[in-house]
Amino acid sequence: MSSTSRTETGEERDALSATDLGDAADRLSTAPKDDGGDSRGVGEPAGGPVLGVIGWLRWFWRQLTSMRVALILLFLLSLGAIPGSLIPQNSVNDLKVQDFKAAHETLAPIYDRLQLFDVYSSVWFSAIYILLFVSLIGCIVPRSWQFVGQLRSRPPGAPGRLTRLPAYTAWRTDAAPEQVRETARTLLAKRRFRAHTVGDAVAAEKGYLREVGNLAFHIALIVMLVAFAVGQLLKSEGGKLMVEGTGFSNTLTHYDDFKSGSLFTTDELVPFSISLDEFTGTYEKTGPQRGTPRTFKADVTYSQDDGKEHKAVIEVNKPLVIDGTKVYLLSHGYAPVVTVKDGRGKVVFNGAVPLLPIDDKVSSTGAIKVMDGYRDKDGKRDQLGFAAFFVPTYGGKGSGQMFSQFPGLEFPVLNVGAYHGSLGVDSGLPQNVYQLDTRKMTPFKDADGNVLKKSLLPGETLELPDGAGSITFEKEVMEWASFQISQQPGNGWALGGAIAAIAGLAASLFIHRRRVWVRARTGEDGVTVVEMAALGRSESARLPEELADLAATLHAEAPTATPDPSDAENAENAENAENAENAENAGNTGNTGNTGNTGNSQDTEDPVDTSAEGAEK
Amino acid sequence: MTLAAATNENLAGISNVLIYSAMAVYTLAFLAHIAEWVFGSRSKVGRTAAALTTDADAARSAAGPVVQTRAGGTAVLERPKVVTRSAAGQRDVPDGPGAHGGTEKGDLYGRIAVSLTVLAFLIQAAGVLARALSVQRAPWGNMYEFSITFSTVAVGAYLGFLAAKKNIRWMGLVLVATVLADLGIATTWLYTESDQLVPALHSYWLWIHVSTAIFCGAVFYLGAVGTLLYLFRDSYEAKLARGGNPGGFARSVLERLPSAASLDKFAYRVNAAVFPLWTFTIIAGAIWAGDAWGRYWGWDAKEVWSFITWVAYAAYLHARATAGWKGRKAACLALIAFACWLFNYYGVNLFVNSLHGYAGV
Ligand code: HEM
Repeated sequence: MSSTSRTETGEERDALSATDLGDAADRLSTAPKDDGGDSRGVGEPAGGPVLGVIGWLRWFWRQLTSMRVALILLFLLSLGAIPGSLIPQNSVNDLKVQDFKAAHETLAPIYDRLQLFDVYSSVWFSAIYILLFVSLIGCIVPRSWQFVGQLRSRPPGAPGRLTRLPAYTAWRTDAAPEQVRETARTLLAKRRFRAHTVGDAVAAEKGYLREVGNLAFHIALIVMLVAFAVGQLLKSEGGKLMVEGTGFSNTLTHYDDFKSGSLFTTDELVPFSISLDEFTGTYEKTGPQRGTPRTFKADVTYSQDDGKEHKAVIEVNKPLVIDGTKVYLLSHGYAPVVTVKDGRGKVVFNGAVPLLPIDDKVSSTGAIKVMDGYRDKDGKRDQLGFAAFFVPTYGGKGSGQMFSQFPGLEFPVLNVGAYHGSLGVDSGLPQNVYQLDTRKMTPFKDADGNVLKKSLLPGETLELPDGAGSITFEKEVMEWASFQISQQPGNGWALGGAIAAIAGLAASLFIHRRRVWVRARTGEDGVTVVEMAALGRSESARLPEELADLAATLHAEAPTATPDPSDAENAENAENAENAENAENAGNTGNTGNTGNTGNSQDTEDPVDTSAEGAEK
Repeated sequence: MTLAAATNENLAGISNVLIYSAMAVYTLAFLAHIAEWVFGSRSKVGRTAAALTTDADAARSAAGPVVQTRAGGTAVLERPKVVTRSAAGQRDVPDGPGAHGGTEKGDLYGRIAVSLTVLAFLIQAAGVLARALSVQRAPWGNMYEFSITFSTVAVGAYLGFLAAKKNIRWMGLVLVATVLADLGIATTWLYTESDQLVPALHSYWLWIHVSTAIFCGAVFYLGAVGTLLYLFRDSYEAKLARGGNPGGFARSVLERLPSAASLDKFAYRVNAAVFPLWTFTIIAGAIWAGDAWGRYWGWDAKEVWSFITWVAYAAYLHARATAGWKGRKAACLALIAFACWLFNYYGVNLFVNSLHGYAGV
């Protein structure tokens, strides 16, 4: 056999079916036989200038739905996903994108043009996966029809020479051929093969679920994609920061920030309200990982339409789910309680001021704004603003370190810088609550003429000059937690698709579709010859084992004929015997020269047990 | 809070000692494997590449035989013997004898190597267990812990194959060498004190997602070794079939490996068997991300590379079903896919900024 050279062109299975086996391997799967795309397809337009638009479309469609193009598209998809992991992405972290743009002035515009900051929503990436999915649909539909056809038809009859098949066995028996065939048919049917008798042989097939699994897997991929797309269009996602003791109700106006898909409408917001009762954070206290967070948990109370209050705990990995809307714990920080009084001692502000962490030890900054109610010493209306810097654990005087040493509240210090004037909140422009816009404000001055600043311990007060009032850092520091409230319909479908995909994949990869033929006919000497052979879609170690098992069972019903010395002269058998010896040799060549090597058979065995010995137990 | 106290310093220390001991024993196994190969090269089989071609011819002429089994005695019921034949177009080359090359001494050293590997595996597994007990959690909180678990699982899978009487001892040397490399990297560069987890890792999904991820990686690794050796062995066989004359090294080493067809089949089986589990791993990760970060899929670097790895393996499986792509091209895809897995592990953790990077490396 000149088979070795054929390996390079990789058409072995097709060659097998074409030359030796007739249509034995026909319809054993719904995978395209030959990736015709090139031979038929490319040839056509080249050869025929008459090809119209339709012809070209057809050709294009055939290319697109060929396995080869599917393969290339898959490869492109993985290639195309790479830049998104190396270049900062807007969708993941737009701050990093800004940094990158600032750092690479020449590169950034090029990247921008290539949509490299938005790889996963870029035109080219979308093109790849849309083509892939079109290809997928174009592949699934015909394959499904083909499969339905296969289910309705019956396995093809036995090929002329069963000896050509990957697994083969034969023996002679005294039982009548019809009887053997009938026994074989019932035996195969009992093992849930689809079996029928064609001519002198029984043809049987099993493992159709493989195809079902494969089709289910590919369909599930489409379901997942559609579910994901629908989810993106209809989803909503908003953030809300709550200080301990405050609450929120799920309406658009109450969000700090809000994003939604293009088909989202506000009616889709589930009505509920929620309040943060207490936030607890614990941190590693000692060791090299001192300061690493250990637990974050938020105790909340929520209620829905019926007004009933429920208590719940939200942790980092455990969102609260209210009617499909998920409330996630995102981050946390401190909100020192401060009191601001005017010159006459009237309290003009009292409350917890949430500050934003700037490092992982929760050094925080923010602003304390007194918008109304404040009058200066002359009784004139004015506004006060304090730039605030807070550390939960101060390093101590002389440590030279103003940043926090530890994320837990061990030695809290609040530093404030005092201003008065216009906070700029009336200008109508949206204003960042955590930043003090000092453009229209005048700082209070200390003795040296600098901005009046002071680090306060809990309970301490900073007196503003000239009886302008005071600010007190109360002995209380609240914590705040921010939550992400999101809903994304279609998750159920995506999950269902994912489970179906895994199940289908497992069926597709672990179930073997195979055919078995049992031929029984009267030999030249009048004795019945039983031949059995099996063919699988993919080569499987189990194929010969299964055949051996079937053969043994059938053999019990139709045992080997009593030996007749004249048989040895039978020409066919003599040849067979010789071949058998060769086969033995071939199977054992690994052992040649392996003298005295005992008990080591697993090493010389074929790793996948396809050898004849493997099948024999 | 006194969570830190939960870290049992003693056990953590014991774990370290065990890991170092395992490395020592693996080193001995490595040396034994070397001895196996060296003694094996003295075998007659090892020296006669020409013999292989004739064997191959013999095998080919055996194609299509009929085996008739007759009951020799009167009442003996023998099973009919099944004869197998590889697919048309594949070389009917028999498997090589293995590293020992059929020599008694080589075989002895091979067995010693396997025994040492078993011992080292037990010690290493105990080391992983001690590490887990020292922190009372799954031992997969950082790269050091991933690495030591990873090679434990790889060796475990290899020993599992051996126990199931699969022909896989040819992999011993390469495997033990990489395990040593892996442990070396883990102990020198990735070492992290035994400690508690950050809150984002507190979830039962850690058990599900990370354990399957490590398992998949370890078994994909075995598949990748099979694939790589397949490529070498395949060109060797192709050269012989063309009547070429492979170099002495190829003759001595490649000859002793299983046939290209066997290696290819092994690699395919392993990769195909793990692929659904890898799919599950990614989905489990997405569900966890949904709980932890409020989105199932956010194209974080780790997610991207898991996806790339998955698509690459899918491409490999497709390639095997596509005319003109089977064999060597498909094998290259499989290697690319494994390289993606490796990059996802080392590259993303060390060089790329990722949400997954909180694990203290
Ligand atoms: C979305 C991208 C796709 C992915 C992730 C994917 C994945 C897979 C996987 C993992 C297998 C292996 C299962 C097995 O061997 O039975 C497979 C098989 C198969 N795929 Fe796809 N596929 C995709 C798209 C396509 C497309 C576009 C086509 C059609 C052109 C296609 C046709 C097939 C066929 C025919 C098989 C069966 C091969 C066989 O029976 O051996 N797939 N696919």
